[in-house]
Amino acid sequence: MSAKPPTPPAEIRALTEARLTFGRRGSAVDTAGALAFALDHARARAAVEAELDLPTLAAALDRMGLAHRVVTSAAGDRSGFIRRPDLGRRLREDGAATLAGLGPVDVALVLGDGLSATAVALNGAAFVADLAARLDRMCLRLSPVILARQARVALGDKIALALQATTVVMALGERPGLSAADSLGVYITHLPRPDTADSGRNCISNIREAGLPVTEAAGQAAQLIAAMRASGQSGVALSRALASGALPPARP
Amino acid sequence: MPYRIDLNATRYSFPSLKVLLARASPERSGDALAGLAADGPLRRIAAQHVLADVPLSDFLSDVMEVDGDGVTALIAGQHDRTAFAPVAALTVGGFRDWLLDPATTGADIAGLAWGLTPEMVAAVSKIMRAQDLIAVAAKVEVVTRFRSTLGLKGRLSTRNQPNHPTDDSQGIALSALDGLLMGAGDAVIGVNPATDSLPDYIRICEVLDAIRSQLAIPTQTCCLGHVTTALAAMEAGAPVDLVFQSVAGSDKANAGFGVTLATLDEAAEAVAALGRAPKGANLMYFETGQGAALSADAHHGMDQQTMEARAYAVARRYRPLLVNTVVGFIGPEYLADGKQITRAGLEDHFCGKLLGLPMGVDVCYTNHAWADQDDLDILLTALAAAGVNFVITVPGGDDIMLNYQSLSFHDASYIRRTLGKPPAPEFAEWIAANGIGTPGVTLPTLDAALGQLRLPAA
Repeated sequence: MSAKPPTPPAEIRALTEARLTFGRRGSAVDTAGALAFALDHARARAAVEAELDLPTLAAALDRMGLAHRVVTSAAGDRSGFIRRPDLGRRLREDGAATLAGLGPVDVALVLGDGLSATAVALNGAAFVADLAARLDRMCLRLSPVILARQARVALGDKIALALQATTVVMALGERPGLSAADSLGVYITHLPRPDTADSGRNCISNIREAGLPVTEAAGQAAQLIAAMRASGQSGVALSRALASGALPPARP
Repeated sequence: MPYRIDLNATRYSFPSLKVLLARASPERSGDALAGLAADGPLRRIAAQHVLADVPLSDFLSDVMEVDGDGVTALIAGQHDRTAFAPVAALTVGGFRDWLLDPATTGADIAGLAWGLTPEMVAAVSKIMRAQDLIAVAAKVEVVTRFRSTLGLKGRLSTRNQPNHPTDDSQGIALSALDGLLMGAGDAVIGVNPATDSLPDYIRICEVLDAIRSQLAIPTQTCCLGHVTTALAAMEAGAPVDLVFQSVAGSDKANAGFGVTLATLDEAAEAVAALGRAPKGANLMYFETGQGAALSADAHHGMDQQTMEARAYAVARRYRPLLVNTVVGFIGPEYLADGKQITRAGLEDHFCGKLLGLPMGVDVCYTNHAWADQDDLDILLTALAAAGVNFVITVPGGDDIMLNYQSLSFHDASYIRRTLGKPPAPEFAEWIAANGIGTPGVTLPTLDAALGQLRLPAA
């Protein structure tokens, strides 16, 4: 059993999360350090490999009184999803039937696995419920929560088009880092098209217990949606307009 | 001209050299994503058989077949017929045999550099095994200089990469010091900025310059922001040692990076005019990576490894101090797993060296690739055997800004001890003078070392 690595001084920990060396220099990483790294990587890999836990998500949404549907991208499974991002951006053929008759709506709410179903399991349902309540108060018509398997960000555009939604919120797991495997990212797009460029979206990232709290993220998302619907634009154009003060700050 | 072969009573045809190169590429996810890969192992090997018989001179025509591409024009303009003469009559297969012939020296190969085109070196790499890529690259020495001399035979340099998620000056300094206390940073101390604002770029340059000058380290520093930001920072008088830019193998891909050859020309001139380096020093730093062109939809139907080699034509125009492929960083949709990353790392190093570049590698992976620390160890060991100029190192192997795993400072110590690879001679003297790595010498703690630095105000 190796000794515990020396604890970094608190003032250094406040400055950086980097894996600095505080003990002896000049040898290999000690056993405790090597195994700690391996555990962090295993956590990240587990998050990437995880599938959406549909029964648990459905039960959580039922409790919150939110309707839901399930769609799958053309990627089919995790391995195909990782290797073929193009397929993760398209709906599988049966998607149109699943979504038929649910629109038109103002805002499509989508919860996708992305690169970390772990993030969705921890905070996905809470985020969409919080956001849905805020959008309800803004008198917007919402879609059921669409649970999207093997989903990349742009799958949200295809879902929105099928729902005739003017704004789409795609919340999904971000690529796990070594220090955090549970970050939820939210991409919001106004007037989505089949070929929306990334510059047409606004993003809120790092939503997790040790990062941006769910309530704060939902508040930011609601403000962005209000600004988008008031100005008719999203993405870089919206950010620029907000930064220049051309738009009044929205108060949902 | 169609390329074809009959193997086991099956005819395999390839309509163009571009298609032949793609089908002959060892398997990787990016070529499958682009719809360019061979549809199975037999067609792949059939393509390699055909490719081996193609004369090198065939590659002097426009292989990419895109009218008006500036990189294609650059490649044609760079070609030196006199340098090409020793191998001008060879086929791709004959070229492989020539490279591997013990009578062929490193100087012979280095002398070819401006006679070879990216497509030629990509072609020969496709019919070479890992040991071939290692054996040939190990013969070639590409030496560059600024405050340290890099690429000397038997040595291995490191980039110390002290990235920080908010570009915090003290956070950057702590990681840089951690590496320096382990002897990392003779190639460069280089930060990828989290933002690309001019004030942050200038501040990062000043922080790194303060560390280098106050500790009298014989190395160079770099903020890896966009080339246009570097131009503005130089204009503002920032201490810029090296100008950095990511580059790729077509005009369209470079446009995706927001860069043109004209901008790079301007930056190369501006950094030379600063006069911070001895005369004749190398002043540019480039990063590349297989899949960069495809991810910008700018690959023009060409396989990702050949596109990568074309990026080296852009890099070598500027006699850079450093070039590295970010091999495992671009993602598993381009290089799926440890096997593909390893192969690509060796290919990129080989192709860069043959084209005369001071080639380094960011030995790395992202968490959604099928790769782990073992894969990094194997690639590092193979690259050290191949004589790689430098590798990238970060604290504990964890880049907390870019969220991927690269080599750690410890990994560099491992390869130095195991294969006997000292750093650049000037830097080796500096670490010896400071007792770094000397048994019995007590080094300062990180907080003490940070306390002694005078960093510019945030």
